[in-house]
Amino acid sequence: MNREGLGRLLLTAMVTLVLTVIPLPAWADVIRPQFLVLAVMFWSINAPRTGGIAFGFFAGLMLDVFQGPVLGEHALALSLAAYIFVREHQRIRSKPDFQQALIVFAALTAYEVVLFAIDGWTGHPVTSLLRWVHCVTGALIWPLIAPILAFGAGRRA
Amino acid sequence: MAAFGTGAGRPLQRGGSGFRFTLYAVLSVVAMYFDQRGHYLEQVRYALQGAAYPIQLAVSSPPAAWRWLKESFQTREALQAENTRLRSAERDLEVRTMRYEALAAENGELRGLREALPPVADRWLAAEIVTVQASGLRQRMLLNRGATNGVFKGQAVIDDKGLIGQTVHVGPWSAEVILITDPEHAVPVRIERTGLRTIAVGAGDTSTLALPYLPANADIKPGDLLVTSGLGGVFPEGYPVAKVTEVHRDAVQPLAQVRAAPLAHLDSDAEVMLVWFREDHPAAPTRAVAAKPDTVGELSHGNPGIQPQAAPPKRPPAPPPPVPDATPVPAGTPPASPGNAAAPSNPPAGAHP
Repeated sequence: MNREGLGRLLLTAMVTLVLTVIPLPAWADVIRPQFLVLAVMFWSINAPRTGGIAFGFFAGLMLDVFQGPVLGEHALALSLAAYIFVREHQRIRSKPDFQQALIVFAALTAYEVVLFAIDGWTGHPVTSLLRWVHCVTGALIWPLIAPILAFGAGRRA
Repeated sequence: MAAFGTGAGRPLQRGGSGFRFTLYAVLSVVAMYFDQRGHYLEQVRYALQGAAYPIQLAVSSPPAAWRWLKESFQTREALQAENTRLRSAERDLEVRTMRYEALAAENGELRGLREALPPVADRWLAAEIVTVQASGLRQRMLLNRGATNGVFKGQAVIDDKGLIGQTVHVGPWSAEVILITDPEHAVPVRIERTGLRTIAVGAGDTSTLALPYLPANADIKPGDLLVTSGLGGVFPEGYPVAKVTEVHRDAVQPLAQVRAAPLAHLDSDAEVMLVWFREDHPAAPTRAVAAKPDTVGELSHGNPGIQPQAAPPKRPPAPPPPVPDATPVPAGTPPASPGNAAAPSNPPAGAHP
């Protein structure tokens, strides 16, 4: 199953990466959730061996190439998010959707705090409040995203 | 919900994930350090950018397909109108070129040279814009030309109206361009009318540049044209950048608040030009050595409104020009480097009435 699991993982990573970087009008860009981050979180909960920290790291590296000021910024933030979710995956997995969304909100905020700090330290500060909007929209969309990502996996089990 | 990867009752060891996290965290921190400091990761970035390019192309294909559809279903009338417009534009350009040749010849004679100088731009390469990030505070675009086309880091990018930006990361088949309106980008400019030198910093949206380092009594007014000053080592002298739109002077503020609108169509272009400049040309970007005093004169570039000696003669910058490497000047640092802008402390003669 590991091979197939990995294939599905990479497929969702590709799709969510495209959704994350596809050009959108300015207003939509502000509220666009970070789909790839959500996917990393989902796989960290549901397949912590296949997905998890390494997956988070490489997904973050891709994000760095697309939109990071320094290589390694998103990689660090995303491996942190993946680590939290892998560590607590059993506890989070058993929670109802609403509570999961709250946890996701907290994790997205932590992720953005890491990015914010690194942006500042490396001399590319972005102090607009708009950068935090995606934490809210990401948490709101989580109950929708999770069943979609689970669809293939659920059929297999 | 499925839980493949972990069998029931077979939890992951916590220590294991903690160790792996530490490993990857250290790896990212090291990557950041080297990318930030020594640019040791250029090779890694180059490879990753090559790997990312197919995705970027795929991502940009829906808008591109839409553009192509719109173009192929254009009506005959629209095409004819465009044709007429282009033809008149071409006539206009030809007239300007004639005038330019005359001016250049006259300039060359005045300098006592045997023949007129060749144009500063050596060659051009048209590049298509693959994606634009012009939202939020990041103003970047991706071009479909890269190192295989000879594109290098810190290369000037222009369109037919003015300056667009410079390349920051070059991949094998693509190059990332930072726009002049990015808040992290600063371009050394000169006010065409007075010759006053200053720095134009991006303001974070595609229609605004800020000139934060001008004293309140500086001679500047709405409508003034800003051209590149040739300092900074990336852009050659004399390329149009922006038009001043708004000058705000406050009695209690020592600095004037000036805004300008870029001349290039930063948000509507589909194609831009990458430019290579002659290294030995007097108007070429000053790289390591200061230009010789007798060659720092004006080189007007075909604007019929400009008289050859309209601007006051510039003094060569006394300290060597800063920022010899081509990285974008961080927005916070320019006032600290005296030779770069020197607007408040060292205005050219005639700047203050």
